[in-house]
Amino acid sequence: MLDTQKPPRKKWWTPPFDPRFPNQNQTRNCYQNFLDYQRCVKTMSRRGKNSEPCEYYFRVYTSLCPTSWVQHWNEQIKDGTFAGKI
Amino acid sequence: QNAASPIMEELIAFHDHALMIIFLISSLVLYIISLMLTTKLTHTSTMNAQEIEMIWTILPAMILIMIALPSLRILYMTDEFNKPYLTLKAIGHQWYWSYEYSDYEDLAFDSYIMPTYFLEPGEFRLLEVDNRTTLPMEADIRVLISSQDVLHSWAVPSLGVKTDAIPGRLNQAMVASMRPGLY
Repeated sequence: MLDTQKPPRKKWWTPPFDPRFPNQNQTRNCYQNFLDYQRCVKTMSRRGKNSEPCEYYFRVYTSLCPTSWVQHWNEQIKDGTFAGKI
Repeated sequence: QNAASPIMEELIAFHDHALMIIFLISSLVLYIISLMLTTKLTHTSTMNAQEIEMIWTILPAMILIMIALPSLRILYMTDEFNKPYLTLKAIGHQWYWSYEYSDYEDLAFDSYIMPTYFLEPGEFRLLEVDNRTTLPMEADIRVLISSQDVLHSWAVPSLGVKTDAIPGRLNQAMVASMRPGLY
């Protein structure tokens, strides 16, 4: 299953066009948003703030990344073997 | 199949255009060959053929330009920036596809080919599936295609989309159908 955080029930949208990744290969788009979410949550909790602004990254990566990838990365983060810089 | 998306219409039109040029050239060549083979005249002295060489260099160059310009136009059209309305993930496995709609709720399902002995009369062999993917019409849909194990390819002929599913890579294709139907 995904993170215990579920997106809030708001208006429907899908991740918009990201000009950083204009081409066909969207792997980096998915991975970058996942990293941005993890970093955002880490920074916000370190500063003692609410992680509500991080929801955008969460929505984008859940829409773009296959759930199997997300589960795999979350397990790696829990085990401490995740290769990305968070 | 008939086109069901604007890009496919363009592709079909371009294909007709290029095919017409091909028919033109091949019929011209066949006609000239038949002329060459059925004449008793011979000409063996060397000659200066500057004008005709100019013609048969410039004319093919113009024909190639006439083919290349629509081709490049369609190529760039397929890569246009559109605002997607919905994101669908198609993940290939051996031997089924799994589809995920994750924009709002986590909706995911597997789609296997119907075995032939389960088909009703009138259904297509090897094309029917148990769970069909439903998409809204007249909306730009971003389809992200990947694979779990080996290389696959996801294609819908009448919408003009065919994209490879590569493990570890997420390929994006845009799909927009103009009419309701089964594709």
